[in-house]
Amino acid sequence: MPALSKEETEALIQEVLEVYPEKAKKDRAKHLAINDQELEKSNKCITSNRKSLPGVMTIRGCAYAGSKGVVWGPIKDMIHISHGPVGCGQYSRAGRRNYYVGTTGVNTFGDMNFTSDFQEKDIVFGGDKKLAKLIDEIEVLFPMNKGISIQSECPIGLIGDDIEAVAKQKNKEHEKPVVPVRCEGFRGVSQSLGHHIANDAIRDWVLENRDGDDSFETTEYDVAVIGDYNIGGDAWASRTLLEEMGLRVVAQWSGDGTIAEIEKTPKVKLNLIHCYRSMNYIARHMEEKYSIPWIEYNFFGPTKIAESLRRIADHFDDKIKAGAEKVIQRYKAEYDAVIAKYRPRLEGKRVMLYIGGLRPRHVIGAYEDLGMEVVGTGYEFGHNDDYDRTIKEMGNATLLYDDVTGYEFEEFVKKVQPDLIGSGIKEKYIFQKMGVPFRQMHSWDYSGPYHGYDGFAIFARDMDMTINNPCWKSVKAPWKQDDADEAPMAASA
Amino acid sequence: MPSVMLRNREDGKLLFYVAKKDLEETVESLEFDSPDKWGGEVILGDGSKYYFEPMDTPPDIPITLRAKRLESAD
Ligand code: SF4
Repeated sequence: MPALSKEETEALIQEVLEVYPEKAKKDRAKHLAINDQELEKSNKCITSNRKSLPGVMTIRGCAYAGSKGVVWGPIKDMIHISHGPVGCGQYSRAGRRNYYVGTTGVNTFGDMNFTSDFQEKDIVFGGDKKLAKLIDEIEVLFPMNKGISIQSECPIGLIGDDIEAVAKQKNKEHEKPVVPVRCEGFRGVSQSLGHHIANDAIRDWVLENRDGDDSFETTEYDVAVIGDYNIGGDAWASRTLLEEMGLRVVAQWSGDGTIAEIEKTPKVKLNLIHCYRSMNYIARHMEEKYSIPWIEYNFFGPTKIAESLRRIADHFDDKIKAGAEKVIQRYKAEYDAVIAKYRPRLEGKRVMLYIGGLRPRHVIGAYEDLGMEVVGTGYEFGHNDDYDRTIKEMGNATLLYDDVTGYEFEEFVKKVQPDLIGSGIKEKYIFQKMGVPFRQMHSWDYSGPYHGYDGFAIFARDMDMTINNPCWKSVKAPWKQDDADEAPMAASA
Repeated sequence: MPSVMLRNREDGKLLFYVAKKDLEETVESLEFDSPDKWGGEVILGDGSKYYFEPMDTPPDIPITLRAKRLESAD
């Protein structure tokens, strides 16, 4: 199917909006837009970070998910208590695939679920005593934990527990960081506020721990990787590139990260931000307080990786600049081979994305390296500054959809007919049943890593095996098939 | 009176950021910008106007300051 023109896209949006009642239509219209590269600012065309409409199917999460699931959860040597009823923590346990090294249950606790399991009496009489007891129990059962965070679920804010007081007291008793996080699910409109609250908790309770302590030996080349959650090993694939070019990665925030790394971050020379949405707050704070500059980078696909490596190197001396060139050269044969193998099989395929955080814009380059085109993209919980950064990455007249509803997404897909959709688990089976190839782009569909040069090879393979999977030919009943469906596929592999 | 975080962009332009509003704009003009007086009216890239209480010395950027909102962009 040829690309839609601007008028056709406009008509498509209007058609999709048609079914809504007047008020809902007016509201949703602001969240759907046609990309126009001329625009400098996204607020001219799209509204974001607003409350979802009651009655529509939204794909967003809650503030607790943003704090516990995204920012704090991956810090592996801390125990993160899901404070409140058992469900919030249990149903999201280990779902993000933040890989880490360590012995789970001994010195790392990443995919375990700790909860205060609130009962009726805790709601009625308050849960602070239970929390205090729980923390003491943790100290006995898991003495090698390096700290505890208290991740509030909805009821904590509703019943007005004073978790800060408990945290302060236990912090003194056990001489370990105990961090209360006020990330109750009802705060804000999506998980995005949870990221912000989590960042603020790190700022207020952890970041200053080593101020005035110079025992950590620093070098000129110290950097921190911020906003890489090591999904399927992403942070590892990124870290090797940085180290090969001569930098020293002091901290990983927070995939495979430790609290010690976080405490040392104020001593680095440059903060490298991958997921801008979830961690720009802390980077801005460190810039102000510790004068550490920060830059955004993108490690999806060779074009963007090379661009990013050079931009990072610009902040250092000639040794690092030469290092960056060497890294790019070293992997060139490798990624050229990947492109040579998969590009003929993927050339011209059209992709629609709907993800969170950084990916709706960051992965576009990787698809383009494979000759594919992203024809629609949107953020679950993006803000204006995310869309500002997206406009230039997307082609003209492509679709932008913010907090897309289940209905809108389905209709868009029916009309645009992409060759691939990249979104989450909740969307996966709907589209697969519609016969559209689908990749989960939150958890890499149990694959990964996708960052770095190593990740790109896996990314390309995964996209190929999804799109060119013979199963898609069997979706249609044989008697409904016409011969035209038997289009030959580019041969290779 | 929003809290505004000021920082220098890589190309040397001053960035004006209000977290609560997701406002990230370049500072296009600043009323007083000399070694002995800094502040006053600021005009942003989107046309909106804010006001910093004038100071005797320029602040160390990055910094968070309070600004008064004068005129919004339409
Ligand atoms: S909204 Fe509240 S109850 Fe639901 S998962 Fe989030 S914290 Fe738990």
